[in-house]
Amino acid sequence: MRRFLVRRVGQVIGTIFGVVTLIFFLQRLTGDPTFLLVPETATQADIDALRHSLGFDRPLFVQYLDFLGQIVRFDLGRSVIQNIPVWDIIASRVPYTLQLAGGAFLVAFGLGIPVGIVLALHREHIAARVLAGIVLSAQSMPTFWSGILLIMIFAVTLGWLPPSSAGGIDHLIMPSFALGLLSMATFARITRTSLLDELSKDYVRTARSRGVPIGRLLVRHLARNASIPIITVSALEISNLLAGAVIVETVFAWPGLGQVTVQSILARDFLVVQGVVLLGAFVTVALNLAADLLYSAVDPRIRLDGGRR
Amino acid sequence: MSAVTAPPAVSRPRASLGKQALRWAPIGLILFAVLVAVFAPFIAPYDPNSQNLLGRMKPPGTVSRSFHYLLGSDELGRDLLSRLIFGARVSLFVAFASVILSGVIGVLLGMLAGYARGWVEVVVMRLVDVFLSIPAILLAIITVAVLGPGLINVIVVLALTRWPRYARIAYGQTLGVANMPYVRLAAFMGASAPRVLLRHILPNIIGAVTVVATLEFGLMVLFEAGLSFLGMGVQPPTSSWGAMLSSGRNYLATAWWIATFPGICLFLLVLSVNLIGDDLRDRFDPRSQ
Repeated sequence: MRRFLVRRVGQVIGTIFGVVTLIFFLQRLTGDPTFLLVPETATQADIDALRHSLGFDRPLFVQYLDFLGQIVRFDLGRSVIQNIPVWDIIASRVPYTLQLAGGAFLVAFGLGIPVGIVLALHREHIAARVLAGIVLSAQSMPTFWSGILLIMIFAVTLGWLPPSSAGGIDHLIMPSFALGLLSMATFARITRTSLLDELSKDYVRTARSRGVPIGRLLVRHLARNASIPIITVSALEISNLLAGAVIVETVFAWPGLGQVTVQSILARDFLVVQGVVLLGAFVTVALNLAADLLYSAVDPRIRLDGGRR
Repeated sequence: MSAVTAPPAVSRPRASLGKQALRWAPIGLILFAVLVAVFAPFIAPYDPNSQNLLGRMKPPGTVSRSFHYLLGSDELGRDLLSRLIFGARVSLFVAFASVILSGVIGVLLGMLAGYARGWVEVVVMRLVDVFLSIPAILLAIITVAVLGPGLINVIVVLALTRWPRYARIAYGQTLGVANMPYVRLAAFMGASAPRVLLRHILPNIIGAVTVVATLEFGLMVLFEAGLSFLGMGVQPPTSSWGAMLSSGRNYLATAWWIATFPGICLFLLVLSVNLIGDDLRDRFDPRSQ
């Protein structure tokens, strides 16, 4: 366990190092990153002054070390437009995105798992086929289109829910569904597949032939055994939800990280965009690590010192 | 792991007529979309960018001046049907180009990593891990922020963002095939590495790659639309379904048709691609059945 942890944490640090390096070179894809930071109206003198003050005229390697040093100190720089630390901007938006992602995860998990179970247990039933159609549709629906549809139906036509911006719990309903539907489809599919996988095993057939009711089997054995792929997908989906928030927040004018990212791109406030991307990558890496650790808690057969994986 | 990608030899009962139709409908729909995109200038009733400010936001079926708006007009009085038809070009072109570009890069790197092993394997696969640990849409957005928006840049961005998916699958499949006796023999008999990779390994892994590519195609359509929706994709006045949805969003209460038709087009296209992708996956991967 200990050896696994050390190795895994080493991997995480390596990946994060890679992400930071990648972002550094992405910035310089067009040559001079100064241009990412100045408004379109800036004069040549402004640009030169900024380039010098940010140290972009130094050798690349020195800039790279400098960038690494900043990241290690959790320094994401200052927003050129708002002139406050990028951290402060991000921190003020995080709660909103967490609310939204939480709501969406509830929708995805809460609907996806039961739907997946129904799909696995009653394959031929007509209701299961209808559900399968809904799942497939949800998977093919762009989030901005489902968001707009929801607004058209529930806000414009019926007037039941507020069309946009943050507020009470009623403001959270539509964005959560718009964001969560795609993940719902993923959860339903993975639950179905892994349940069907388990159902075909000998112990299930034995138990069934001895008359153990399917409900008890589900709770006692299947849930645990089928949950490994679901955990993996959960980690992946949470990070997808956080990233998908970029679009959903734009649709619903939700004041979270996604909205600030889009606004920052349009305002050419590159450091804020970079900060959000770095944060997204760190969260993704952390979630994957958490999923790995959860495996062994759920399934003792997976020995973390290198038995599987 | 078996490297044979032949479809399972289970004889299926003859599908009913309804099922047959369901299987062919998505293929027909995509063919239709491709034809519409290719022949857009001949099919579209009007120039997609010609404005008619007297006929702004007219509902479907309205006639205004010389325009007959079958699907209505947008906020500048442009014919929605013509814009949809030209929008299909953008969607399909971006999706095809980015899938091919990222597929070629990813498959080559993945095969190389799986065949050469050693430091090539370490470098390529660690790079794949790094790329995959940045949420795809965020990676695409930051790259657009650097490169600037536009049709070609969107394709470059999507290729740059998605190649690791192909690299990972090509790598895994190559590992399975590389040790097969006939591959070892070919190398032993003096076949060069490119020859072994392209002649002996590629044909064995292309099935799995095709499945991924199909599902990616649907995703690329969504990504392009998403980027255009955010204003980071194809720039106006060029019509893109995502951009049309974005501007239609402002007129939901007064002109539902502006957002609705591009939304339906996107949904049907992606649904068709996903249906085909699922079908392919079932054929190539017997375990998923």
